[in-house]
Amino acid sequence: MAVSVGSEPTAHEDHHHEQSFWSKYVFSTDHKVIAMQYMATGVVMGLIAGFFAYAFRMQLAFPGMDVPGFGIVTPADYVSLVTNHGSIMVFWVAMPVLLAAYGNYLIPLMCGCDDMVFPKINRLSYQVFLLSAIVLVASFFVPGGGFGGAWTAYPPLSAKAEYNLTPLGSSLWVLAVALEFVAFLLGGINFITTAMNSRAPGMKMYDIPVVIWMLLIASILFMLSVGPLIAAAIMLLFDQNLGTAFYDPNRGGDPVLWQHLFWFFGHPEVYVVLLPTIGLTADIISVFSRKKLFAYRTILYTAFGTGILSFFVWAHHQFISGIDPRMAHIFTVTTLLISIPIAEMMFVYIATLYGGSIRFTTPMLWALAFIGEFLIGGVTGIFLGASGADIYLHDTYFVLAHFHYTFFPITIIGFYGGITYWFPKMFGKMMNETLGKIHFWGTIIPFNFIFIPLFFLGMAGQHRRIYNFEHFPELATPGLQNIRVFATTALLIMLSFQLVFFYNFITSLRKGKKAGKNPWKANTLEWTTESPPPHGNWPPSELPSVYRPPYEYSHPDREEDYWPQNVPN
Amino acid sequence: MRPIANTRDVTGVPTGRLAIWWVIGSEIVIFGGLLASYLMYRLANPGWAGHAAHTNVVAGGFNTFVLLTSSLFAVLAHQAAEAGNGKKAAKLLIATTVGGLIFLTVKGFEWTHEIQLGYTITANTFWSFYYTAAGLHACHVIAGMIVMLIVAAKARRGVDLHHVELIGIYWHFVDVVWIFLFPLLYIAK
Ligand code: HEM
Ligand SMILES: [Cu+2]
Repeated sequence: MAVSVGSEPTAHEDHHHEQSFWSKYVFSTDHKVIAMQYMATGVVMGLIAGFFAYAFRMQLAFPGMDVPGFGIVTPADYVSLVTNHGSIMVFWVAMPVLLAAYGNYLIPLMCGCDDMVFPKINRLSYQVFLLSAIVLVASFFVPGGGFGGAWTAYPPLSAKAEYNLTPLGSSLWVLAVALEFVAFLLGGINFITTAMNSRAPGMKMYDIPVVIWMLLIASILFMLSVGPLIAAAIMLLFDQNLGTAFYDPNRGGDPVLWQHLFWFFGHPEVYVVLLPTIGLTADIISVFSRKKLFAYRTILYTAFGTGILSFFVWAHHQFISGIDPRMAHIFTVTTLLISIPIAEMMFVYIATLYGGSIRFTTPMLWALAFIGEFLIGGVTGIFLGASGADIYLHDTYFVLAHFHYTFFPITIIGFYGGITYWFPKMFGKMMNETLGKIHFWGTIIPFNFIFIPLFFLGMAGQHRRIYNFEHFPELATPGLQNIRVFATTALLIMLSFQLVFFYNFITSLRKGKKAGKNPWKANTLEWTTESPPPHGNWPPSELPSVYRPPYEYSHPDREEDYWPQNVPN
Repeated sequence: MRPIANTRDVTGVPTGRLAIWWVIGSEIVIFGGLLASYLMYRLANPGWAGHAAHTNVVAGGFNTFVLLTSSLFAVLAHQAAEAGNGKKAAKLLIATTVGGLIFLTVKGFEWTHEIQLGYTITANTFWSFYYTAAGLHACHVIAGMIVMLIVAAKARRGVDLHHVELIGIYWHFVDVVWIFLFPLLYIAK
C-alpha cells in the first residue's frame, strides 16, 4: 500500500481529465459507475416487467379487452407475459439492483477502499449482464414470440417446440438466463475478494456493516447453488435443439430432474435476494432509531444458518410432483425450521427499535414497511410448507400472493429503501421528503390491496397461469370477478404513484438541497467521503482506518449521538 | 491501473488465489450437478452398462495419463516461477498446453469413431451424458490452454509471474474433473 501512496494521486488526476464520455460512463471500471449501470438497467427492466403485469392484470379483470398500450392479449401473449414478468423481476431486477448495484456501490465504500479488487472483471460482469438482458428482450420479437413456459421452465413444456410453440423464444430465454448467471459469478469474484481481503486497516470481522455481510453471504449462496441449474440449462438447451432426451420420459429421461435442479437453486436464490435487503434494513433501522443494532452477531450467525438450511428445503416446491411422501415429511420439517431464523431476524429489528429515538424519514418508512410486509410473506409460507395444506394450495393464487409478499418487500421496498437512504451519497443532493412520503404511501397501500385479495382467490381454488376465467364457470362468478377487478385497480393506482418517485428523483437531482458528507449522521465509512465520492473514493493518502464496530449510536460517553467508525476516539 | 484494493490482503491469502478458488468452487457445483444427475439416472438404469461397454477404456486411460503428466509440468512451472525464472516457467507451461492438445486430439479420434458406429449424442441418454459431460470438460481444457498461453507469453517477459500458480491451480482442477469422469463414464460397467 505504501508504494502506491506517492504515485497514485497524479495518475488519478490525469485520468480524470482525459476521460471521454465513453470511457467515463460506458466502459468505466469505477465500481460506482458500474453500480449505476446495473441499477439503471435493472430499473428499465423493472419498467418492462411492470408493464407486462399491467397488461396481463387488465386481461384478468376485463377478459378480451383491447388493453390500452398493448392491444388484445391472446392466450399465447398471456403466458409469455407472465413468464417474462417473473423471469425479469427475479433475474433482471432483484438480482442486479439488490446484489449487483448495492453490492458494487457499497462494498468498496463501506470497506474503505478505492475500488473493487479486479475492476476489469467487474466491468466484464456488467457487460455480460447487459448482453443477457438484450438477448432476453430480443426473444420477445422473434418468430413465435417470447417463451411462455413459466419462469420455472418445467419440461416437457419448455423442452419441446411442439408443446410451447416458441422454438426460438424458449432457447433464447435459456441462453439469457445462463448469461445472467455467468455475469453474477464474475461479479461474485470481486464481492468476495474485496470484502475479505481489502478492508480498511483495523476493520475486523465484527466491524463489517451487516449489509456487507449479507451481500457476501448472498454471493456465496448464489455461487454454491447455481451450478446444478447451469448444468440443467445445458441439458435443456440440448433437449430443445439437439434432440437429446434428458427430460423426456418416453425416451428414458425424467422431467422431475429439472424440478430438482431448478429448486435446488431456486430456494437458495430467494435468500440471495432476501439477504441484501435484510442487511440494508438493519443499517437503516439502526441509523434512524439512533440505537445500536440489537444482537449484531446473532444476525450474522442466523444468516449463515439460514444459508445452510436453505439447501435442504427445495422439494417443498414439489409436494405434488410425485415425490415420495416420506420425503415430503422431511422437507416439511426443514421448511418449517427455516421460518425460525427469519422470524428471529424480524424480532431483532423490533428489539433495535425498542426505546430508540425513531426518525420517520422516508428510508426509515421503507425499512419499517419491509418488516411488516415481509412478515406476511413468511407466515403464509408456513401454510405452504406443511405438505398437507400445500396439496390443496399448490399452484393457486395463494402461492402467488405468498411469494409476492416476500418478493415485493425484498425487491421493491428494498430498492426504494436503499435508494432513498444512499441517494445523498450517490448524487450529493437530498431527496424531497414530502414527495418521498407520498410515494411511499401511494405504493404500500395499493400493494396490500392487490395481494390480500389474491390470498382469498387462491383459497377459493383459483389456479395460476390461466388467461381467462370465463372458461371456468365456478371461477367466473361475479363475486370472484369483482375481486379481480379490485386487485387490478389497485395495481393501476400503485403503478401511477411510481411517477411521483421518478419526478422526485429527477427534480432532487437537479434542484435538491446539498447533502454534505454525512446528512444522516451515520457511522459507516461511506459517509466519511465527499458526496458523491470522487474517482478512487478518497484521496489515496486519506483512505480511512477503522477503530470500532459500525453501530455505536447514542453511546453514553459521547456528546454526539453517533461515533463514526474512522474516528480514533 | 491496479487499485489500492488489489494491494491489500487482510486474510493473508493472496487475492488472486482467493479469486481462483471462487472460480473453482462455482465450477465444482456445475460439474457436481451434472454428475449427480448422471449418477441418479445410472442407478435407475442398469441397462446403461451395456452402452458404457462401447467406450474406449484404453484411449481414456491414455488420456488420463496425459493429463496427469501435464499437471506435473504445471507444478514444475510454478516452481520455476517461484524461483523467478520466467523463461523456464513459460516453457513448462507450453509443455502443459501440449498435454492438453494431445488430450483433445485423442478425444477427437475417439468421438469420430464412436459417432461412425452410431453412438451419437441422441443415441441414448447414456451417450447424451457422455458427450455433454466430456464436452463440457473439453471446453474447460480449451479455455485453460488459451489462458495458459497468455500467461506463458507474459511469464517469458517476466511479467505477472504469480499468474503461473493460478493457472496451475485451475489446470489441476480440470484434471481432477477428468479423474471423476473417466471411471464414471468409461470404467463402470
Ligand atoms: C419464511 C420462509 C418461507 C417459507 C416457509 C416458504 C415456503 C414456500 C413453499 C412451501 C412454497 C411452495 C408452494 C407451492 O408451490 O405449492 C413457496 C413458494 C414460493 N416462495 Fe416461499 N417460503 C418462504 C420464504 C420465501 C421467500 C423469502 C421468498 C422470496 C424471496 C419466497 C419465494 C417463493 C416463490 C417465488 C415461490 C413460488 C415459486 C413458483 O412456484 O413459481 N419464499 N414458498
Ligand atoms: Cu422454496
